[in-house]
Amino acid sequence: MPYTMTISPDFKPDLISGWYIFNTWLQKKIDEKIHIEMVNDFKELASAIDKGSIDLIYANPCDIAKLVREKSFTPIAKPVGTHDEAVIIIKQDSTISEIESLPGNVKIAMTDVPNVNTIGLIMLEPADITPADVETITCSNYITVAKEVIRGKADIGFLLADAFDEFSSLVKKQVKPLITSKIHVLHHALLASPGFADKQKKLQDALITIQNDATGADILKNLEFQSWEAMDNDEAEFLIDLIDTLSTN
Amino acid sequence: MQDMTPQDLASDDFQESVLTFHDGTKRTVLATEIETKFPDGCLIVSQTDLDGVIKHVNKSFVTMSGFTEDELIGQPHYILRHPDMPPAAFAGLWETVQKKEKWHGYVKNLRKDGGYYWVYATVIPNVRNGEIVSYTSVRRKPSANKVAECMKLYPTLF
Repeated sequence: MPYTMTISPDFKPDLISGWYIFNTWLQKKIDEKIHIEMVNDFKELASAIDKGSIDLIYANPCDIAKLVREKSFTPIAKPVGTHDEAVIIIKQDSTISEIESLPGNVKIAMTDVPNVNTIGLIMLEPADITPADVETITCSNYITVAKEVIRGKADIGFLLADAFDEFSSLVKKQVKPLITSKIHVLHHALLASPGFADKQKKLQDALITIQNDATGADILKNLEFQSWEAMDNDEAEFLIDLIDTLSTN
Repeated sequence: MQDMTPQDLASDDFQESVLTFHDGTKRTVLATEIETKFPDGCLIVSQTDLDGVIKHVNKSFVTMSGFTEDELIGQPHYILRHPDMPPAAFAGLWETVQKKEKWHGYVKNLRKDGGYYWVYATVIPNVRNGEIVSYTSVRRKPSANKVAECMKLYPTLF
């Protein structure tokens, strides 16, 4: 029976083929059968984690606490050259140019991506806007967030900064960033379940040397990473502690 | 820890104070009225050992404090203590985190050059196998209204 790998549902849609190619490379490299099972949203992901049906996961930092502390997953590697940053967008023609000028009862369009929403809410704190003050519109993807802002259904929208950067010029003409995070410490990570324990070492070795051959370097390019770097439990715990400090309660 | 000297400062206009910390250490600090605003979207992150000695700082910590990373690592976190901060605030912090709970508060920090910056700080104990092994502190941009409240409240707590 093949192992199951899933990718946190906040991956960029245009990288999907990159993940399948990565998996093909990985299976050959570590001589294990691995099947990719994509999930549609974070609710579906939580259910899969609870059912114990995942062996490998490229996880959002907000899911790492549950995976490590409750499900005994082990951190294997983290991507180098990418961090999770959020941006708050507003309509291009808005006269508001700083967070502090937003109304207290602001309406926010957001996806279900937990770290983006956590960072977004933190960036509203200097304006004395708390989660209790806001009305939210949940969107299935980042482009829908932008549309809700463009249509005036939402005052602002929370996006992954990378997603905003990749919007078409047509969208960027209609929305602008109000504030962008510069946290530099939050990142995704690849984790393995206890069921994968005896293969963790060869998995980690394969990942951290992936750039040493031309195929591996191309695969990294398709995932938009520079490389994979080994990650240990201490680092995962540090990430978990950081997320804990950022929660707004 | 070294006392501050006028040569460290960005201004000749300063107030001199002698601070006594919880471990009995005394330090002469020189504080100016020059504020450095917390940059939008940034977080200051640090980790200390159980005695509050700095083990890790991020780039924003270095930038906002005015110290170099080398000057910060190995120093007690109270190197940032501003004379306007009531000692009671920090007693509450330690009491809270030693109970394995999260602490939040508004803090006026002292820069190396005598200036200051306000932060909204969160400190959590890093618990491993049931034991506190270190502390993580994250500081973010504070609300101006909350800072104004603290500026009224803190002088009454000495």
